[in-house]
Amino acid sequence: MAIQVEHELHKRRAGRNWGLLLILIAFVGVVFGLTVVKVTRLGDARAFENFDHVANPALERAAEEQELQEVTP
Amino acid sequence: MRAPGAATARGASEDVRMQEASLDESAAVPVEAGLGDYFALLKPRVMSLVVFTALVGMLAAPVPVHPYIAFVATLCIAVGAGASGALNMWWDSDIDTKMRRTRSRPIPQGRVRPEEALGLGLALSGFAVVLLWLATNLLSAALLAFTIFFYSVIYSMILKRRTPQNIVIGGAAGAFPPMIGWAVATGGVSLESVLLFALVFMWTPPHFWALALFVKTDYGDAGVPMLTETHGRPATRVQVFAYTLPLVAVSLGIAFTSLGGWLYLAVALALDVWFLAGAWAIFRRSEAQAEADSYATEKRVFMVSLWYLFGHFGAILAQSVLTQWGLAQWGGF
Repeated sequence: MAIQVEHELHKRRAGRNWGLLLILIAFVGVVFGLTVVKVTRLGDARAFENFDHVANPALERAAEEQELQEVTP
Repeated sequence: MRAPGAATARGASEDVRMQEASLDESAAVPVEAGLGDYFALLKPRVMSLVVFTALVGMLAAPVPVHPYIAFVATLCIAVGAGASGALNMWWDSDIDTKMRRTRSRPIPQGRVRPEEALGLGLALSGFAVVLLWLATNLLSAALLAFTIFFYSVIYSMILKRRTPQNIVIGGAAGAFPPMIGWAVATGGVSLESVLLFALVFMWTPPHFWALALFVKTDYGDAGVPMLTETHGRPATRVQVFAYTLPLVAVSLGIAFTSLGGWLYLAVALALDVWFLAGAWAIFRRSEAQAEADSYATEKRVFMVSLWYLFGHFGAILAQSVLTQWGLAQWGGF
């Protein structure tokens, strides 16, 4: 009698593992989609950039212009 | 003296026999769970009702929700409902083995261990609540967390085996989803969402007791006090009719809020008359009459109760679509 390499138990475990893989991929997809939707709904990026210790020329120029206006009589 | 090759061949054949024996033993091992068994722990049929009512609460709210956010929120509410189902099966695994209706569940069948159901329930609860918070707002997540707590602890652990009012109070767990859906959209609780809660809450007792009247349950053997057994069937008939009266009031009350309109009012009135007539018929019947026609009225009213809830939420959804298109303006409160 030949050894049954593929037992019903193995099929069941394989089904479970594939199912778990699909669930994990779906989870990554859901979180990625949520991130995209959240980020694209933030609106004008200038409203929240330059607060991560990175220079932002656009904001700095605006600040300079404001200073100039205040100094100019 | 044996040739080395022969010894090797004999050894190999012994190994084969041992492996075969091992595989034969594994065939006798209790059945291992498949993915479907874990899915069955989530009570998918209950999930479908939860998803429908939550979605209606979300879509009928006056604040539009991004379709993807609505999808994620609905997913979280469904998973949260499933998690509470798994926790319920973990807690009730002892009585599930005693009742015919629940004997085929994965835990009584030995395919899933109770600890696995507990782990799955807790993990999915955490996942659903946290993701709902991240996707929407804190109130929705808090309401979902409370719903899971209410169903698993208040209903399953405290009420179910102690009082025949278990269905009444425990029905709140099934009534929260439309309120969560509303909170997802608006970030708050309002008269409308409270009335949606009340509609499901008041609907649950007559719906369930109509079922209990014609299904011969073995709750008594499992030590679960059901109204039909603790107070008798005539008293249950009175309760079915008694709970239908406030249900009708809530149903009509919704018509005069921002959720309401001519379409909703017409559908609600028709469904109210239909259900009320059925509840009255149950109230008027004696047990002998019911047995004579094999509980035909009770079975019919149970089906009516399903259409009642589906019809109400469907009408609320249709009404909100009409209102958004400007086809059915309604003052409301």
